[in-house]
Amino acid sequence: MNMMTEAETKMAGEPDSKPLNKKMQGEKVNVHYAEKQALFDVDLEIYENQVTALIGPSGCGKSTFIRCLNRMNDTIDICRVSGEITLDNRDIYDPDIDVVDLRARVGMVFQKPNPFPKSIFENVAYGPRIHGLSRNKTELEEIVVTSLQKAGLFDEVKDRLHEAGTGLSGGQQQRLCIARAIAVSPEVILMDEPCSALDPIATARVEELIDELRENYTIVIVTHSMQQAARVSQRTAMFHLGYLVEVDETDTIFTNPNNPKTQDYITGRYG
Amino acid sequence: MMTDHTVTAFDDDLKSITAGVNEMGGYAESMVGQAVTALIRGDLSLAQAVVAEDVALDAMQYKLDEQIVLTIAKRQPMALDLRELIGALRMANDLERTGDMAKNIAKRTKDVVDFAHPKPLLRGLEHLSSLAQTQLRDVLDAYVNKDIAQARKVLEDDDEIDQVYTSLFRELLTYMMEDPRNISFCTNLLFCAKNIERVGDHATNIAETILYIVTGEAEPSMHGTRTL
Repeated sequence: MNMMTEAETKMAGEPDSKPLNKKMQGEKVNVHYAEKQALFDVDLEIYENQVTALIGPSGCGKSTFIRCLNRMNDTIDICRVSGEITLDNRDIYDPDIDVVDLRARVGMVFQKPNPFPKSIFENVAYGPRIHGLSRNKTELEEIVVTSLQKAGLFDEVKDRLHEAGTGLSGGQQQRLCIARAIAVSPEVILMDEPCSALDPIATARVEELIDELRENYTIVIVTHSMQQAARVSQRTAMFHLGYLVEVDETDTIFTNPNNPKTQDYITGRYG
Repeated sequence: MMTDHTVTAFDDDLKSITAGVNEMGGYAESMVGQAVTALIRGDLSLAQAVVAEDVALDAMQYKLDEQIVLTIAKRQPMALDLRELIGALRMANDLERTGDMAKNIAKRTKDVVDFAHPKPLLRGLEHLSSLAQTQLRDVLDAYVNKDIAQARKVLEDDDEIDQVYTSLFRELLTYMMEDPRNISFCTNLLFCAKNIERVGDHATNIAETILYIVTGEAEPSMHGTRTL
């Protein structure tokens, strides 16, 4: 049999040779919703210009974790987060941190496309405008066009930028939401099941986009599709009952995972 | 032992594929035995039966391949399941080739049947064949039991086949040098010996596949050294 040598296998498994830079890090992250503990001592590193996939059965804590990364959990009164989460080595739960600024740096795309009930243009222009990212109308227009281009949507909507964003198809709406997230020049983009409401073609477009976005952004994606995690991510973290069970290179997780729970889950044996 | 899949039909698919590999294995093993028996006894009708069996073995592989491809398409297997299916695909290929080796040996029966057989040569061939058959049997057992220790043993034991093959090769050369009238007969036997040696190689391929299925790691080939 033609087997690759260890060195060759390693090279094939690594998408690019750039040294990995830690962009975000969670250390001993515990989350409680009132009395109920949702996350237990989670340690997870998120590397720059990589896609990190969070997988695990429903209720395993992956969405809770991703929502900690831009303090979306702050909006839930009964939610308590402890431990440390850093962005570029700075604790994002530090009282001095401006949450609005944090969320501009760590953007989010949700499961269901949720465009504002405004025009396509306004959907994208909203963020840069409130963050004061443009000095004049021309600059703002430029940001809108570039963001739509990066989200792979511009060509489809360039003639109707002032029509309602809600009039687009589901897949287009999701790419609009991605354009909206990109418009404020985030460093990290969090995606919570971004394709679960999309058909296979729209899903493929978003996956293609994720791969392109990785060059400039760091991406964390929660997905229930094992194939999607295998396709788009470089690292995969498996959660189970609030614990981080295993984290490794995606290629390893889906061909030869270390933990039996991961094996059971990704092969459809988890009861 | 792995727990069952939530989708039980997937377990049925995998069981059926494993059974298909085992069936091919049993078939190929018996073909090798019959082919060598036909050669040694000069039994032409047995030789013809082996040639016919090869058609059946090819059909089994075709059916198994289709089943594996369909299962991959339907279930989108991951990790152990994926390795199991890819492994089955590889093994089916090795077993089909093993059947080809048996067929090749059987086809030569008619070319050696009229010669007066020097007994030691045939005994050497028989010995080589029994070693290869044992390897095949052991590796198929290792597959059924997912026994990596036994698979590793098959890899190690291949050396013995290679050694016996090499000494048989030298012996045949000696006969050819002694009397040029032996050349035709000895060349036919040499091809048969080579085919049997190849059966041993397919057994080691299968052993490597078993290691891959169970451990998820591709072990570098240990039997890569070419024989004469």
